[in-house]
Amino acid sequence: MVEFLQFTLSGISFGMIYAAIALSLVLIWRGTRLLNFAQGGMAMFTTYIALEVIRHTGSYWAGFVVALAAGIVLGTVAELAVIRPSLGRPELNSVIITIGLLILLEGLAGIFYGGQYRSFPAAFSVTGLRAGSTPLGVSRFDVFVAASVLVTTLLLAVGFRYTSAGLRMRAAAFNATVARLSGIRVARVITVGWALAGLLGALAGVLVSPSTFLCPNSMDAIFVFGFTAAVIGGLDSPAGAVIGGLLLGVALSYAGGYLGSDVTALVAFGILVVVLMFRPAGIFSGARVRRV
Amino acid sequence: MKRSHGLRMPAVAAMSAAALAVAACSTSGSSASSAPSAAASSSVALTASAPGITATTITVGSHQPLTGPAAPGYSEIAPASAAYFAYVNAHGGVYGRKVMYKYLDDAYNPATTASVVRQLVLQDNVYALFNGLGTPTHLAAVSFLNSQKVPDVFVASGCDCWNQPSTYPETFGYQLDYIREGKILGHYVATHFAGQKIAYFYQDDEFGMDGVKGLDAEIPHSMVVSRQTYVPTNVNIGPQVAALRASGAQEVVAFSIPAFTALLKLYGLKVGYNPTLVVSNVGTDPITLSGLLETYAKQGGATVNGNQLTAGVITDGYLPTLGNTSNSWIALFKKVHDQYDAKAPFDGNVVYGEAVAYAFVQAMLKAGKNPTRAALVSAINSGLPQGPLVAPYAYGSANHAGATGAYIGVIKNGLIVQEGSVLTTDTSPSGLVTTSTATLQQAPASGVPAP
Amino acid sequence: MTMRSLPRVLGAALATAVVVAILSVKLNAFQDYQIAEIAVEVTAVAGLTVLTGLSGQISLGNGAFMAIGAYTTALVLLHLGWPFIAVLVVAAAVTAVAGAIVGVAAARLHGPYLAGATLMLGVALPSLAYIYPGVFGGDQGLNVVFTTPGFLGVNFPPTRWQAWVSSAVALVTLVLLANLGRSRVGRNWRAVRDDEVAAALAGVNVARARILAFVVSATCAGMAGALLAIITGLVAPGAFTITLSIALLTAAVIGGLGTLPGAVWGSLVIVLVPTYATDVATSHGLSTAVASNIPVAAYGVVLILVMLIFPQGIQGGVRWLLGLLGIPAARTWHPASMSEAGSPAGGAPASQHEALLTQRGDPPEPHKKEGTQ
Repeated sequence: MVEFLQFTLSGISFGMIYAAIALSLVLIWRGTRLLNFAQGGMAMFTTYIALEVIRHTGSYWAGFVVALAAGIVLGTVAELAVIRPSLGRPELNSVIITIGLLILLEGLAGIFYGGQYRSFPAAFSVTGLRAGSTPLGVSRFDVFVAASVLVTTLLLAVGFRYTSAGLRMRAAAFNATVARLSGIRVARVITVGWALAGLLGALAGVLVSPSTFLCPNSMDAIFVFGFTAAVIGGLDSPAGAVIGGLLLGVALSYAGGYLGSDVTALVAFGILVVVLMFRPAGIFSGARVRRV
Repeated sequence: MKRSHGLRMPAVAAMSAAALAVAACSTSGSSASSAPSAAASSSVALTASAPGITATTITVGSHQPLTGPAAPGYSEIAPASAAYFAYVNAHGGVYGRKVMYKYLDDAYNPATTASVVRQLVLQDNVYALFNGLGTPTHLAAVSFLNSQKVPDVFVASGCDCWNQPSTYPETFGYQLDYIREGKILGHYVATHFAGQKIAYFYQDDEFGMDGVKGLDAEIPHSMVVSRQTYVPTNVNIGPQVAALRASGAQEVVAFSIPAFTALLKLYGLKVGYNPTLVVSNVGTDPITLSGLLETYAKQGGATVNGNQLTAGVITDGYLPTLGNTSNSWIALFKKVHDQYDAKAPFDGNVVYGEAVAYAFVQAMLKAGKNPTRAALVSAINSGLPQGPLVAPYAYGSANHAGATGAYIGVIKNGLIVQEGSVLTTDTSPSGLVTTSTATLQQAPASGVPAP
Repeated sequence: MTMRSLPRVLGAALATAVVVAILSVKLNAFQDYQIAEIAVEVTAVAGLTVLTGLSGQISLGNGAFMAIGAYTTALVLLHLGWPFIAVLVVAAAVTAVAGAIVGVAAARLHGPYLAGATLMLGVALPSLAYIYPGVFGGDQGLNVVFTTPGFLGVNFPPTRWQAWVSSAVALVTLVLLANLGRSRVGRNWRAVRDDEVAAALAGVNVARARILAFVVSATCAGMAGALLAIITGLVAPGAFTITLSIALLTAAVIGGLGTLPGAVWGSLVIVLVPTYATDVATSHGLSTAVASNIPVAAYGVVLILVMLIFPQGIQGGVRWLLGLLGIPAARTWHPASMSEAGSPAGGAPASQHEALLTQRGDPPEPHKKEGTQ
């Protein structure tokens, strides 16, 4: 029973990371109808930048803030320099461009920071919390991870729903032509979407790197599961991203605990197949089938 | 739809120019072979006696994971070997020839290994393949190398599959194989922790499984209460650690790479589980481990450092330990490192890289002044001096295994401290683990092996 | 359409075969091996470019089909010892069945959901090798022995024979695919790709067309896997990571999606660019970490630049060049947009580009996406 609790809580912790990546993918999808394969790579790169800041200033929070800022900058630059010129072209081209960007970022990280594992500090203690004398299998840091992702998601949700900037973004995603006619600068909205996605990715990077150690390829597996979570939840649904992430994290934790470590990828695939069999566009997709 | 014609022409022109430049600078193509020079100072003229040997150079090749998920740690080995070769080259070389070491990246992908090894042999005409790294990767190269009769020396992998003189006569292992290591660690556990509960935590491939084979040969099965595996692609080992804790094991024997040894400690902190760790030397380079755990130690709030988290970890070693600064080999390797490989931290991977390069120089010296490829193989078949290893090599025409023994050590203050004497064994389940009678060798004063 | 007629296709294939044969003798033994590697990629990429370019279904999991073909080859050779032609047929058949299964499961999926499902397939399938190590050899994989036939003589370089066998399979695959593309099957695929509802109204069995495309693509990948097994000599999970599947899609798009010459250009890029870049980087005496990562970074830059400068892929560029000279060439096809790749008309919301032309929920405009932009 204690094991089950520990599996569940550690699954939620990783699930929140997948949710953050999934959310950033959803943001970009809603804005530009693109799959950003570089999302994990961008997160990895901003985490390296944070590590350098922490090394030079000795302050974790300075690094944290710089990582988030770097995420915004990286997202904006990627969109303007690399994605914007390819919009209006066949969309698979943009996907290949994001793949190229991913490979470029991994290469640059290797050149600037070397290929060895770097340990990234955690914001809070990693010693497990206890309920009485039973270890819960989560630490204060894990609670921080879950809280940060939740707070960010809520802020985004509130921002989308109640601010005029959020309304503009939703309008542009829903129908760009009419949005343009209403005076919304759709191009700028897209850039903001990429910037926010960059922020989310950077957050995921600093939150997960203490547990994965940082190296140029450390975010690859996280990206794959984050993408899977986004697909499970439905690429148009931010709520779906979070729920998909949690579902996947917890399921993989149970699989790893009860079935063994080599089946986790198959379990993820199985969940994906089952969900897509009943909801081909994810759990939270609107019914959109046109039959004749 | 308007096309971006404007960009097209200049781009094509630029790319053609770039391609031409690349082709001009490219070094691919048949390897350069300088004309045989006049005789060296010795009485025997140096000739191009084999592919990859000229009057002035010996060229060896290797495949290494320089990028990709397997790069952390392992990518330090080849530069360290290159550093030792540079030192030898600066001190007279091998009979006056310089050793040129060309190592190519295979990103730990066996299909890439097959390709780069063919490039090294068929296009670059290397004399031998040296220290090819990785078990699945080198398995993709070993048949080709043997069919081409290219010496395949000192494979960087602890699989005992390199010890097949009848099937792979060109191939030689180097490091302590995982079965022997498992037996030595298992022997220690069985004698020191008799009657306690033991658990295994191992990588789900032949590194872990061979290690467990060795452990099972020494540790009574009744003592083992849990066996957990991990795959390097999944860093969330929380479930496994929770299962280990639930089993109540007081000692955990781990065949894990450094990242996962550190994660074992980390997740142990989370679930409140602090067993004694007995870990393969693959996973206990103390510098790497402390570095990985350093930031968690600080989280304790108090002035804890990473060394305190690694204290008490039991491991083994077949090369001198870094902490043994009075050891002549460590002094030599540190000197070479500081001169030729200073950017890398001086850790276990660097010592390994230099030690295996030392073994190669020993073998080349034994192969003679104008060696053929077969001469190198015969040289190793007739046995090599012990060098920096703590126990003799097994090399002989019937045995292509390398190190045969190791000592048990405990990590204290971020360094491995030897406990007890060197133990040797074989790879069979019934072979005993015995104390080695070999004496440790001193490093040569010049740093270069004597011919 | 600028599809060539059968005699012209056969003529082109024959000419290519002659060129390859001459090259294989002129170039050194390692370059012969590279010819074999390129042929392997061409076989797989051609199938993928047909799947994604002609029938509009994105697959990020064709590496898994290559793995199935490779493991089948290794197991048949290990346990049955049949000649390679028979083994190739078995590998193709087994992979075709797998493709049918995946095709059926994927029949209702579109765009990114199909991409996600196939991505996870590519990640998950190789782990079977670890779960059943007794059968599949686990991490160390299975050995494959492929010998040069005796009639060529003892001194015939093995890599040249590998190049000949691989190129033969690749060329046959290209001819068959060209034929398929010109036939009713190909027309059905393009119809389904462009507008599923209209295709259904016109009497095309949409599901069957999509599944058939998967079967064809998987079969090509399976044969490529068989070739990879014999030229490499080892079948291990480390060779079939997700990087392989992504490289196949990259090659298809870079080369020119939907065109068979594009499959060749793309394969040349993914095999030769990393080698070139490595040669250049290592000849400059940089530290290992820098020198080994420069080819990685350079490859990323190449992908980005090619896509920005040649939106129709390399074949688009070739077509433009030949157009200057007045010679017609194969045209790049693209799915209308990823969100609508094969989707029921009026399905997922439109891209920003689409937004300029259509509105969500409205009946779709007749597609302007046909071929070039």
